[in-house]
Amino acid sequence: MKAGTDPRRVPEDVKLLYVDSRAGAFRDQRFTELPKLLGKGDLLVLNDAATLPASLRAGDVEVRLAGELEGGAFRAVLFGAGDWRTDTDLRPAPPRLNAGTVLRFSDALSATVESVSTVSPRLVSVRFDRAGAELWSALYRHGRPVQYAYLKEPLPLDAVQTGYAARPWASEMPSAGRPLRWPTLSRLLERGVQVATLTHAAGLSATGDEALDAALPLPERYELPAETVRAVQSATRVIAVGTTVVRALEGNARSNGGRLVAGRGETDLVIGPSTSLSVVDGILSGMHEPGSSHFSLLTAFAPGPLLEKAAAHAEAAGYLVHELGDSTLVV
Amino acid sequence: MITGASRGLGAALARGLAAKGAKLLLVARGAGALQDVAKATGAHALAADVGSPGGALAIAGAAQELLGGVDAVIHNASVLGPVPLRPLLDTSDEQFREALEVNLLGPFRLTRALAGAMALKGGGLVVHVTSDAATSAYPTWGAYGVSKAALEHLGRIWAAELEGRGVRFLTFDPGEMDTKMHADAMPDADPATLARPLAVAEKLIAQLEAAS
Repeated sequence: MKAGTDPRRVPEDVKLLYVDSRAGAFRDQRFTELPKLLGKGDLLVLNDAATLPASLRAGDVEVRLAGELEGGAFRAVLFGAGDWRTDTDLRPAPPRLNAGTVLRFSDALSATVESVSTVSPRLVSVRFDRAGAELWSALYRHGRPVQYAYLKEPLPLDAVQTGYAARPWASEMPSAGRPLRWPTLSRLLERGVQVATLTHAAGLSATGDEALDAALPLPERYELPAETVRAVQSATRVIAVGTTVVRALEGNARSNGGRLVAGRGETDLVIGPSTSLSVVDGILSGMHEPGSSHFSLLTAFAPGPLLEKAAAHAEAAGYLVHELGDSTLVV
Repeated sequence: MITGASRGLGAALARGLAAKGAKLLLVARGAGALQDVAKATGAHALAADVGSPGGALAIAGAAQELLGGVDAVIHNASVLGPVPLRPLLDTSDEQFREALEVNLLGPFRLTRALAGAMALKGGGLVVHVTSDAATSAYPTWGAYGVSKAALEHLGRIWAAELEGRGVRFLTFDPGEMDTKMHADAMPDADPATLARPLAVAEKLIAQLEAAS
């Protein structure tokens, strides 16, 4: 499938591949027809994390923030010379940095490497030289959103925000919710579909380092509000908007003996064909190609052969993949 | 969140709301005076320009993170345009544009960055600080008056579009106050005839309490 590359594409032009696992069938819809496919008793759970300008540059080293840690340090992945126009796998490795190295992003922002992971020397924790409002102000001034090699132009920060973004926790956009703009949300609510949120610090999708890619997703923090737990308990069908939401909900249930408990947590749960889901019944997601980890996650919701047939159809029908691509609803 | 919080009505609102126990993020262009207000109120202080295109996401992101969510935003920052005030015949593009950027586009961008989350949560309050220059055609107040008229209409359209979702939009006219902006606009006015910002802030705070 070709990659979507136009951040200005309106939701009316986004395709939605509706996969009904019980009927063993799929069909083409427009994204804006989503409200017709859902109704009373359905609950959509959104990841309301805003996307950070997570990419910072210190000389030849690109630092991508991959989530704040307890105590105010940040997990970060280092990239070598070059920029997003080169596929991450082809970028030269960054120099090996030891604990104590100072990364200078500008006269007004630097960070010290606190520790280096044993999984890969590119995975480090860093502590900035400032905190609070000063840190956030400097991050937004010097950071850029993480970019993708398939793009023609770099994405500005506002192109990687959902229409309901709140705390800036995501290293990359929780893109399943990207076409879910207010007119559609409003019609969903009018139809009696419940909408709830959680915040999940969506991490990096690629690191350019084999050992590190194999360890993805790294543990990601989330916060599950009490209202969302109540909404899940009273819903007949729970539909996660994006893989991050599946991981947060299922991860939370697993660490609490099958029951959802409101609050903060961390999850490194990987979902695949053999995962038995205890909370989530369906997923609204971007398009994914067979073989990718995201596609593998979809197989927790519908049989692999049905999804493969649907993917072959999507390819022929011109569906677009990746962050700016088309969507699929699998229930 | 309060913009234009380093002095005048913004600083008075910060003091009044802090006294009520509100968790605050104060925003202003200049860091110095803002730090003083922040220290006095225990608020977070963010030096940022409401009128810059990239400012809104930074302000909204910092506010969401530092406050753990934003219940209310007071769009108080504004500029006059030309100082001293000038008739439209002598107002430059640059001056007119600055008034629109700070007084109109800034609030639009910042609300756009916050209101989606407010509407999903089913609650939120957005306050536009306006002026009678929005409705009366005062000579020499052109750029400012136009920006405030548009700001009031912006609030009405926001309210219509988000109706039923729990997000409230208030317009507040503080009247003539003893502030630097008033001195810039009317240097010959007798400060004794003007309202104290703290007294005006109390009025707005009473309205906020009634609305929430």
